[in-house]
Amino acid sequence: MADEIKKNDDVNRRQFFVKLGLGSLSIAAAGTAAFAYQYLDPNVLYEPSPVVNAGKPDRYPLDSVTLDVNSGIYIIHSQEGYFSISAVCTHLGCLTAWKPELGIIACPCHGSKFEQNGKKIEGPAPKPLPWKRISLNEDGDLLVDRSTDVPPLARDSFVRV
Amino acid sequence: MAKTGMTKTMNQYFDDLRGTRVWRSIFRSGTGSSTLKRALAIQQNVFLHLFSTKVRTRMLSLSATWYLGTLTLGTFLILIATGIPLMFYYHPSAPQAYADTKDLQFVVSSGLFLRNLHRWSAHAMVFLVFAHMFKVFYRGAYRTPREFNWVIGVILLLMTLLLSYTGYLLPWDQLAYWAITVGSNIASAVPVVGEKIHFLLLGGNAVNANALLRFYVLHCMILPLTAMFFVAIHFWRIRKDGGLYSHASEPATQRANANPGVVANAKEAQ
Repeated sequence: MADEIKKNDDVNRRQFFVKLGLGSLSIAAAGTAAFAYQYLDPNVLYEPSPVVNAGKPDRYPLDSVTLDVNSGIYIIHSQEGYFSISAVCTHLGCLTAWKPELGIIACPCHGSKFEQNGKKIEGPAPKPLPWKRISLNEDGDLLVDRSTDVPPLARDSFVRV
Repeated sequence: MAKTGMTKTMNQYFDDLRGTRVWRSIFRSGTGSSTLKRALAIQQNVFLHLFSTKVRTRMLSLSATWYLGTLTLGTFLILIATGIPLMFYYHPSAPQAYADTKDLQFVVSSGLFLRNLHRWSAHAMVFLVFAHMFKVFYRGAYRTPREFNWVIGVILLLMTLLLSYTGYLLPWDQLAYWAITVGSNIASAVPVVGEKIHFLLLGGNAVNANALLRFYVLHCMILPLTAMFFVAIHFWRIRKDGGLYSHASEPATQRANANPGVVANAKEAQ
């Protein structure tokens, strides 16, 4: 009788403790992995604010493209108004430059070229340069929010003064 | 005879030393240079026991390996020996890193020598790793039973490239900044988790102080220790896989040489 009961039981005492031990270790390992991931993922970043104050609009003459090297954006004063596009190449993140003699934006790293509205002309860049939200604050300064993309050429993507 | 009784040669002094109790407690193989004693000297040393106690003489010739694996180890040891002193003057912080690098170049005694030796050895190591892999590949030395050691070698190639890449940021100049910007954006191309890998690697959204510190820790601690771990396995596997690859000593070649008639019949049968 006792043998029959033992046969029906798949797990004996030793196997039970092995399973208990391995299970506990697995849970501990998963907890350690989650702990390590959370530790390595910074909660506070001491990075510059995504919102950039680009100064008074009259700094930018009509039909001009101005690169702000430190914030990586262009402020463009076109016939339709002021708008801002990212100066960071969509290929691998190099800082592009405005070429006034050619009327294009060009990346020095891998040769991508863009129109002044961000549209890609040629090169390895997979996407156009994104437009950034631009607005005026109470003091009449242009503010660009680098964290927010806006649709290119849309009416709300310009600021008119 | 009288003369030898009065003056001992250098070798005799050395033999006496090797016979002392202290020496014998450290190196158990003892004096004498029989084949057994020399084999024991290798086998009983914690560092040397990774290697074979016997090596085929022809495998020691230049043509067998061009010493590419050994030279790679040599550059790795130079990189450790020069990298540690560089750490005494280099602060991995954004305001100081570039200035410290310039100090090493222009102010610190022998800093220029150490830094350049570190840099050139790093370049040489990348070159030698590739050369070693080509040599192993074209000799067919990656085949059974050595296929696992080839896999370890591929991991070591990856370690070498990652060490090279993380070290590239540390001078904190324009070249470093943009190279790491480009390189870390390549990591973002990984499907689904790419952006997260990019964020964790840099410790932020852009190459900044966090990224510098992370790359420093990777470069000076995590990657060298990981590389050493795999180097140890790599060497140990050479012994376990029957020593360095030698075509004449392969089982298939030896079977064919032992029974030339079998091969001849097989050819006739075709």
